[in-house]
Parts: sequence; structure tokens; C-alpha cells
Amino acid sequence: MPDATGLELTAQELRDADAKSVLGTVYFRDQAALLVAPGAVPATLAHLRGKGYGFLASVHGVDYFPEEPRLGVHYELLDMHEVDRISVRTRVPLADPHVPSVTADWPTADHQEREVYDMFGVVFDGHYDLRRILMPEDYEGHPQRRDFPIGGEPVLFTHNESTTPEWWQ
Amino acid sequence: MSEIETREPRLVPELPYREMEESIELSHIAHPESEELLSINFGPHHPATHGVLRLIATLEAEVVRDVRPIIGYLHTGIEKTAEDKAYWKAIPVVERMDYLAYYFNAMAFCGAVETILDLEVPARAQYLRVIHSELNRIMSHLVWLGTTALDLGAISMFWYCFRDREQILDLFEMSSGQRMHTRYFQVGGVFEDIPVGWEQKVRTFTKVMPERVDQFLAILMKNEIVLQRLRDVAPLDAETLLAHGVTGPLLRAAGNPWDLRKAAPYSSYDHFDFKIPVGTVGDNWDRMIVRILEINECCRIIDQALDGLPEGPYITPDRKYALPPRHELATSMEALIHHFKLVTEGFRVPPGEAYYPIESPRGELGCFVRADGSSKPARVHMRDPSFVNLQAFRPMVRDLYIADFIATLGMLDPVLGGVDR
Repeated sequence: MPDATGLELTAQELRDADAKSVLGTVYFRDQAALLVAPGAVPATLAHLRGKGYGFLASVHGVDYFPEEPRLGVHYELLDMHEVDRISVRTRVPLADPHVPSVTADWPTADHQEREVYDMFGVVFDGHYDLRRILMPEDYEGHPQRRDFPIGGEPVLFTHNESTTPEWWQ
Repeated sequence: MSEIETREPRLVPELPYREMEESIELSHIAHPESEELLSINFGPHHPATHGVLRLIATLEAEVVRDVRPIIGYLHTGIEKTAEDKAYWKAIPVVERMDYLAYYFNAMAFCGAVETILDLEVPARAQYLRVIHSELNRIMSHLVWLGTTALDLGAISMFWYCFRDREQILDLFEMSSGQRMHTRYFQVGGVFEDIPVGWEQKVRTFTKVMPERVDQFLAILMKNEIVLQRLRDVAPLDAETLLAHGVTGPLLRAAGNPWDLRKAAPYSSYDHFDFKIPVGTVGDNWDRMIVRILEINECCRIIDQALDGLPEGPYITPDRKYALPPRHELATSMEALIHHFKLVTEGFRVPPGEAYYPIESPRGELGCFVRADGSSKPARVHMRDPSFVNLQAFRPMVRDLYIADFIATLGMLDPVLGGVDR
């Protein structure tokens, strides 16, 4: 992990390139994270790749309900030479959940962005095949959101077919 | 990088798959008008997929031109379920993601929670975690070797591998009471100290296992059929693998010695002397040999950990996070209160977010946990290597014969419980 000073220096480099890109930094338990604006994600990742962070380990979604902006997308970057990790985080409001896709530069983000789209409903603009990946194609809702209830779907058996209205839909 | 991009078919969302086929480049075919593409559906219920994986392959005669994995058949919403459970009750559900690497799932989750809590794990617990993780790694590789050899038509390998796997499951049963999904790792340490006689049984096993590895290699290394099926089949260079996020034995087979146990040692891995088997060209043969040789290194780590097993507590003495010993409940009011609070509500974790990566048998297994100050995690996400590695299947098998498709899928070693979670 870059230390707290290194993180601030990186944030300043990004701010020099684009004043509105970095919204803040988090340094928690020796793990460094940059909070960036949604539109600045590809540029930030490209800048960090130039600094050696050439491996995108993970993309995951987070729901910060009830805070706003609610939906978060985290990119975990890894520098395999310095063995150093940094996390890039962005937040988008529920009303406008758009983040630019990074699949063009990072092919590994393909499935992972689809998973975030599936589970949280974050739309990755520019993803070449943004469809649901784990849930069925015709599923409604995004189940990992915090306000999505657990359970509640009746299990369909032949004996309760007649009592489950419109089960065929 | 540019080469990867140009080879991706131009997929159009919202089009049915059959019509997407038209996007596949056919200019290299001598007679594009008369040649025909055939898409076949493979799985989800096919024994060679090692689970419920569906693959739609586009064939040109016998050659695979494109393949698209369709996943989610085993999706059980474990990440969602974990959000509704106290931290220590989430461990059993998290363990069931990658069902061949349950100690690793628990390790990643506990590690992330310990990072947020800033909780120190006693040395003895770290060593016990290493011993169990490495036994689990051998077990996972044995299941992989047995089933993959079965896909290649070598049924005796299956029996040999499952015979040895059985011994590991017996060891797990002795130390934790369960053969699979043991719930042995806890936040702050492990559930129980190892029973009397367990160490001796493990030593007997680690003595026998390298001999068995020699037998496996003797069966496979000089087998003409295995050599012809695997050598120079589906090679993929390390750069493409890294672009697709592939880690673990697949990456090491391509010559990149990346292993988190060496690169970023966690849980005292830096105390042990072991080697990282590395391949050269990254074909199916390398992928197989790298994993088989890893079994030997696991045995070395286990032996060293047993030799140097420190005395001391096996779980953190901090009573806010670990249950008090049973005998104290009868005499200490304090212990009774702690026990009651832990069992009913569980411990609270201060707000924070942590990502904890470890080296699972299939690559980097990372667990992201977000805590919101309550006794239940606000978000648990597993970066499962099977899920990420599956993306490299398309570049691996493109322009291969359909017969090598199965062998390559076996060498990829996806565990569908981990892919779908």
C-alpha cells in the first residue's frame, strides 16, 4: 500500500491533470483509496497504470443506502512489481447511475462490470455487452441493493400452482 | 492489448445470439459463402463442465471460433445472505461459495473483518490456518486432477486422487468435526486447538503424499495419449492472462511466478521455505504439471508449520470477539455476559471497508467487507478467481479443435460454486 503521504501525492497529481477528478482520499488500516468523480474513472485508472498499477484485481459494487450518492463502484488495482495496492472508488446517485466502462483497457472488467450492473443497476456506458450475468435475463430489480428484501419469492411446486397467481409470467 | 481487442467479435446487445454470429470475422475462410457456422449448446448439465456451466460454442466444422460462457445457474445469493447474518454467522455461508476451497473463503472473510477490527491473530492460530489451508489446497488439486484426468479418459487417476483426498477429509473431520465446510476459522483465530494425535496423522499423510505425486507423474508424464492431448494445446501468454485478470496456477504455468504467499505474505507464510512451481509456455501440459508439483510444496509447508507450531492461544484472548472458554461460564459473570452478547447479537465492527486478498488454489481470492458499525456486514463481496479466470476461456480455446475444448476447460479448473456464488 502507498503510505498516507504517497496517497496524497498521487491525488495531487490527478488533481493537477483534472481539478475535478479527485473528490477525496481514504486511508484506513494501511489501505489506500482514492475517491473520484464517476467521469474520471478511466483517466484515473490509466494514470495509475502509468505509475505501475497494471493489474485490475477486482471491481465491486457497494450500496451506501441511505446515504447519497448511493451506489458505489470500487476498482482494486495492484502493482505486481512493488506489490502495492490502491483502491479507486466512485459514487453515483440512484437517479443517474452511469459510470464509464473500462473494459476497453481492462478486459478483466467485462464480467465484473456485468455483475455490478446485475446486482446494483449501475450502468457502465461503453460496455460492449452489458447484460445480466448471474440473475435470469427477465429478472426485475437489482438484488444486492440494501432496500431489496431477502426472500419473499414463493417457491413454485405443482401443488401451489393454482394458488400462485400468474405464475407463468 | 490491441491484438486482444481486434479478436473480440463485435457483439451487439439486444440481438439474439444466432444473429450475433454474423459479427464473427470470416475473411480468413477460403469460401465464406459455402462454409457454415454451427453453434452448439454445451451444458449446463454436462459432467465435463464440473458443475452447472453453460457454454455456447460457435464451430466452423470442428474448430471453435467463439465461445460464450453463460453462468448463474448456481447463483444462491450468498453475498446477500451474508448481509443478514452476524459476522460470525456469515462464515458458514461464505464458506459455501467455492466448495472446494472452504478454508480459503473463510480465511479471506475473517481476514477482511480482522483488518477492519485491527485485531491481531495469535501465532498458533496463524500456523493452524496455514496447515489447514495447505491441506485444503492439496485436496482441491486432487479433486481437480482426478476429474480432469477423467475428462481425458483416464479413470484410474480419479480413484487414486479420491483415495488421497479421503485422507485429507478424515483429517478435517478429526480437527473440526466436519469433512467439508468445517467452519474452523473464526474471526480472531480458529475454533479449537488440534486434537491429540492429529499432528502425527498429518505427518504420516505428508510423508506419503510426495510418493503419490511421483506415482501420478509416472502415470501421466510418459503417457503418449496425455502428452498428445495436452502439450502445446491452448497456450496463452502471461500478458493476455493478466489483461483478463487471471492469477494462480494458470498464470504461473505461463511463466509468471506471481503467488501472494510469496509476494505479500499473510498469516506467517514468510516463516516457511517453499518454492513456486512455474511453467514455460503456458499450455495445458504446464497447467497440469504446475498444479501437481504444488502439492509437494504444500506438504513441505505443512511439515515446517508442524515443526514450528508455536505454543499459546489458538484464538484471540479479546473476549469482545472470541467466546470465553466453557469452564469460565460457571464461575465468571463477566464471561457469561460476553458469551451471551456474542451468541445473541454478535460483535459489532466499527465502520470501515477492507479488501483482503489471499492465494486460493485457483488464484487471488479477495474478500471485500464493508462494515457500518452494526453487528452485520453491510456488504460482503468475494473476488472469486474462478469467476474472473473464466473470462480467459474464450481467448484460450479460440481456433482450437472441439476435442481440446473439454481438456482446456478442465485445465482452467473453474468451480461453479465460486463462479456463481
